[in-house]
Amino acid sequence: MKTRHIAFAITFLMSSLFIPFSATAQDRKGPPPGGGHSPVQTETLEEAGGYQIGEVATDFKLKNVDGKMFSLSDIKNAKGYIVVFTCNECPFAKMYEDRLIALHNEYAPKGYSVVAINPNVNESNTKENFAAMQKRAADKKFPFVYLADEGQKIFPQYGALRTPHVFLLDQDKKVQYIGTIDDNARSAEDVKVKYVEDAIHALENGKKPEPNFTKAIGCPVKAI
Amino acid sequence: MKRQKHVLRLVLLCITLFSGAIYAQSKTASDLDTITVYDFDAIEPLLYTDSDTIHIVNFWAMWCAPCVKELPILKAYEEKHPNVNVLLVSMDFPENIESDLKPFLKEKGITSKVVMLDDPDANTWIDKIDPNWSGAIPFTIIFNKDKRTFHERAFKNLEDLEQEIHNTLNN
Repeated sequence: MKTRHIAFAITFLMSSLFIPFSATAQDRKGPPPGGGHSPVQTETLEEAGGYQIGEVATDFKLKNVDGKMFSLSDIKNAKGYIVVFTCNECPFAKMYEDRLIALHNEYAPKGYSVVAINPNVNESNTKENFAAMQKRAADKKFPFVYLADEGQKIFPQYGALRTPHVFLLDQDKKVQYIGTIDDNARSAEDVKVKYVEDAIHALENGKKPEPNFTKAIGCPVKAI
Repeated sequence: MKRQKHVLRLVLLCITLFSGAIYAQSKTASDLDTITVYDFDAIEPLLYTDSDTIHIVNFWAMWCAPCVKELPILKAYEEKHPNVNVLLVSMDFPENIESDLKPFLKEKGITSKVVMLDDPDANTWIDKIDPNWSGAIPFTIIFNKDKRTFHERAFKNLEDLEQEIHNTLNN
């Protein structure tokens, strides 16, 4: 009889052990956002550097996949520039390749060329080195230039943080839109808002793009 | 009467053991076998707590090299501090859960809770998590009910992460 009591007590104690565990599962359901938390920032977007809307972007001299050096000033009669930081291997960059080709084919004749820059180019990485860029450009038949940011000098000036990251410049190389190409990376068919195209249309009509800044999930630049 | 008491104890014992077994089973099932796919609204409550426990929510993906490199640091922290609550939010794609993600987690020996965030229009929800987040990953939130810090970078090593957690708690 007594042993049974002890057994019961032990069992009871053991069962109470489970309670704190199961409580942690509920811990995650906290108060709704914005309720008296104290957000502390480690690095702001401003600290990360890069252009603000309206600033004049730098021109550059970078090696294109055809082996020649290329500058924005090489595009004659440009009305703007779709500068996009992208790379070979990032799945988001890949998902947008066909859409970049379509953008260029539609808007280059209207004065807005796609200028693709690989900020991750690195000779020690066989997937992102210059030869790999040349192969990717050839495989996909890129109609636009695909430039190597060798030494990683240009992307920090622009403030490219992820791939793909678009900087739409106007005729005077003023930054008019920064962000993502559209609102659905994974499925071109399900796109509802074409941010870059909308921004180009705004410029065409002498207006300011709205929105002029968007965010997206993408691969980090310097992912090597 | 005595007999009734015995029966009652036996029933209680059974319930206790049974619930324990269920608990153990559900932990294995939910933490290791099932990777739930959330949209932003569904995942948002997981980014907050009303407890003092330190929570680490890490946004990562298999396709993100610095994220993959960082996983062992989170794992090491969790092993050293078992009372921490770690949630790995995978930004991979739902169709790859069975074929790639689960084998990947197994191979890397990841035992933390893993969920997936699949919500295509990131521009609408990134700012709700942190207005200063660009959308690049890895991105980590360290928080409890009172404190919260955001980290748009990969932690360099265990000491780096420990320091950031210390700073978060003592700010």
